[in-house]
Amino acid sequence: MRNLLIFISKYNAFFLFIIFEFISIFILVNYNSFQKATYIESSNNVTGTVYDKMSQISGYLSLGKVNDSLATENARLHNLLKSSFYVDTLVKRKVVDSIYKQQYTYIMAKVINNSVNHRNNYLTINKGSKDGIAKGMSVICSAGVVGVVVNTSEHLANIQSVLHKETRISAMLADTRDIGNFLWGDNLDPHAGLLVDVANNVKPRKGELVVTSNLSSIYPAGIPIGKISSLQSKDGGLFLNMDVALAVDYSKLEYVYVINNRLATEQTQVEAARKKDD
Amino acid sequence: MIRIFIVNLVRFAILVFLQVFLLKNFTLYNLSTPYPYILFILLLQFQTPNIVLFVLSFVIGITIDAFYDTPGLHAAACTLLAFARILFISVTVEKDGFDNEPDPTLDAMGFRWFFMYALILTLIHHFFLFNLEVFRISEIQYTFTRFVLSSVFTVFLMLISGLLFFRRKER
Repeated sequence: MRNLLIFISKYNAFFLFIIFEFISIFILVNYNSFQKATYIESSNNVTGTVYDKMSQISGYLSLGKVNDSLATENARLHNLLKSSFYVDTLVKRKVVDSIYKQQYTYIMAKVINNSVNHRNNYLTINKGSKDGIAKGMSVICSAGVVGVVVNTSEHLANIQSVLHKETRISAMLADTRDIGNFLWGDNLDPHAGLLVDVANNVKPRKGELVVTSNLSSIYPAGIPIGKISSLQSKDGGLFLNMDVALAVDYSKLEYVYVINNRLATEQTQVEAARKKDD
Repeated sequence: MIRIFIVNLVRFAILVFLQVFLLKNFTLYNLSTPYPYILFILLLQFQTPNIVLFVLSFVIGITIDAFYDTPGLHAAACTLLAFARILFISVTVEKDGFDNEPDPTLDAMGFRWFFMYALILTLIHHFFLFNLEVFRISEIQYTFTRFVLSSVFTVFLMLISGLLFFRRKER
């Protein structure tokens, strides 16, 4: 017993190393997965407050640009208003509005923490479960897709950015409506992504818009992702792959919209019932 | 003793602040991201007990993790760094040879020793950090490029800060 104690105290550095390394890896494996909520994250109170203060300061520096982008978006929304259309036929008046039930509602939030140069990037926004934000909701901005909510606290929420190695969005070419999958490439370029698994008979052209497809369970259809920047031609492949220049500049995100899909619970119930049948 | 404590506390605060608010979104060509916060561990006094060294390394690692949303990643790399530091110092420094124990700084130990010390420990830390973060063999080539260029950048920043606070000691 005494010899054992002497042995341990002689090589104490090694044993301490083993202990602390074990704790670190344990934390890494347990709290880093996509589903598990974690306390050590930027949505907790201490780091969240610090980030909030810093974003207030840095927010002043970009007021001009934010104003411009909000003005353009206002103009775009004004264009969609009923009052800005001239009704030229009587037929249009017969459309009864109440046949539509609103499926998506939008919650505005400000980005208080952001990163683009890691393998897996996350954002923090200043709205949380108190404002109706829940895990799994999708997030967009005026230019295109942003990510998915992974974790919420009372006043803050954590978003997994599109710039993440787990990203896989069902996308389609806007003109021909051909379906593919959108991924973020492994060269960590925050301005580029990949569109893969497009059927071989499709003839995509450079500069064509890529949007979210109507198969996507998270995003509403038609949200812009980016434009095709180049075609990677591989001989004999079953599918086409192409590079996509992203529509959103993720390093300059200021305001985002969290989308609440009001039919989401219904959809998951239906799909759960199907799984039970299988 | 109090002075050492305060100096390290201030160093901790400044390095974490710099790392989290200035260098977090700072990168060269998506390849080189510096992590000079490990300077805190490198500059701890020689006579720091092993247990204190490990606890401080773990604490600064988990602090950076909290801001980077990567629980455990930096803590694991910093713990490895602390162990590497103990080995490196036991090999290259004779503990009893000093009248008054110097710190492992650039001005006390000389440029050559400090350069080797910073370079080797940074390489170990960054290699572990980048590979643990990506955790995919298929991206090994790109990860390796990032690891080498980031290490060069980090060591460069450390040497700059060492020269910036250079004080020539009378011998």
